[in-house]
This record gives sequence, structure tokens and C-alpha cells, in this order.
Amino acid sequence: MKVPQISNRTEAEIIAAILAGEIQLYHELIRPYERSVYVMALSYMKNEADAEDVAQEAFVRAFLKLPSFRAESKFSTWLMSITINQARTRLRRQALIRMEPLDQLPDEDKGISPALLRDWREIPSEALEREEIRNLIQRAVEQLPDIYRQVFLLRDVQELTVSETAETLNISIPSVKVRLHRARMMLQKQLAPQLRTVNRTSKRRWLSWS
Amino acid sequence: MVIDCKHVWNYISEYLYGTLTDETRDTVQKHLDHCEICSAILDSMRNVIILTADDRVFELPVGFSERLHARIDLELMRMAP
Repeated sequence: MKVPQISNRTEAEIIAAILAGEIQLYHELIRPYERSVYVMALSYMKNEADAEDVAQEAFVRAFLKLPSFRAESKFSTWLMSITINQARTRLRRQALIRMEPLDQLPDEDKGISPALLRDWREIPSEALEREEIRNLIQRAVEQLPDIYRQVFLLRDVQELTVSETAETLNISIPSVKVRLHRARMMLQKQLAPQLRTVNRTSKRRWLSWS
Repeated sequence: MVIDCKHVWNYISEYLYGTLTDETRDTVQKHLDHCEICSAILDSMRNVIILTADDRVFELPVGFSERLHARIDLELMRMAP
């Protein structure tokens, strides 16, 4: 995630100013993170209204806890941890949570095979102007098992580093790598055949793997 | 060292991020050079990663920002002496 510069002050300076009493600056501090907090909340809650509630709670909570923020972690990483905690609390309250071991390594023996094809014509990002394409991708990400979806969103969508992702989710670095790879394989497997129809004119030969 | 397709798939993510060791990367590269199936998997995975990372896929709900900052204002007012 890019570290934003707000009105020529660094993020650390803004945090210091807020703690010194310029509390209105909190609006500026969080502006760059609205989307990432929302997307993380959405990945847990899976509906927009709950995700928005969780995102708001997370930002309020982060403000109240700001005096305890230590500069050794990045503000974005810290904020993301608060968001995840907030989402988990909400799910627990809704009694929907299935308790999962926090740092269980996925079963390496169960390999995921990708969708097989001989050639691939790139889907241009302009295709995302079409709502059906956006929905296709959203659904595929939402359908990933929780442990893969979280890593994928932090790493590939929010662009956190491997170690920031590990720190945020409180899992090991090897777990991040394995889960990310599996998430990508699942997405390729799910999406490549569906996205193929975007380029209707192309001729592609699909193979069955035996 | 020669590796088969299924092994190459295990390395695809790290290949894309450039985090493989030189030796493994060369082995994977050699395989990709002659295997059109694995090249297509690599290309499609790279494409899928680019598309999912696009801001347009996960958009904020309309009015999200306004409602958030109104809520923050409410909290800030509570803090005010």
C-alpha cells in the first residue's frame, strides 16, 4: 500500500498533530484508507451494509486507540488489524462465525489444478466497465475460502507486503505465501474459463487434463 | 533439471513476483519456453491478478465517504470539551 503524503506532512507528523489536539486532521489521515478498510470489512461480512458498519466502527475505534499506536508498525497495517478485529467481533455477535484455527497451514497434499488452455488472449482492463465482468470477479473472490480470501485481498488487492500481511493476520510468512498461491490458482481456475467469453471472437482450444 | 507441468504450477505465483531463486527461475523459464499450456496458465493468472486488483472491481457504496466523515464528526464532537 502506498504511504500517502497529506498536505506536505508525513503520516507520522499528522498522527502527532492529532494527538497534540488537532483532531480534525483525523479526517485527512483516514481518507486514503477508506476503500481498503471497506474491502477488508466486505471480505468478512459479505454484504455491503454490514461491511459499511464495520468500516465505520473500525475508523472510530482507530481514532480512540490512536494514542496507543506505535510507529514501529505502519498505520495501514495497524488499521487493517483493527478492521479485522471489528469484523470478527461483529460476526461473533451475529453467531455466524465458524471458529477456524488461526494459523493452520493448508493441506499441501490437496493440489489445486489450474484451468488448462493452450493460449490466452489478454482481457483488457476496459472490460471492467461492464458490470457483469465486475460481478463475475467479485463473486469469484467472495467464494474463496476465508483464509485464502483474506490473504489475497491484503496482498494482491491492498498491495501489502508479505510480512505486513503476516503481521495483520497474525500468521506466518510461509502461510501467507502458500495461501496466496492457492487463492490465485483458485481464481484462475474459476475465472479463466468464464472470462474467455469476454473475447468472444477469439478461438481457443481447451484441453482436458488426464 | 527438468520439471513437469504440475511442478511448474507450484512456482507460478513466485515466478510472477520474481522471488524464485535464479536456478529455479531458469528451470521454470525453460519449461515455459516450450510449454504452451503452462505459458497460457501463467498469462491468464497474471491477467486475473491485474483485473482483480483494479479499483473498479470493489467500489465503495454511493455516499460511503460522506456517511463515514459525518460519523467521525459526531465522535470528534463528543471529544470536544
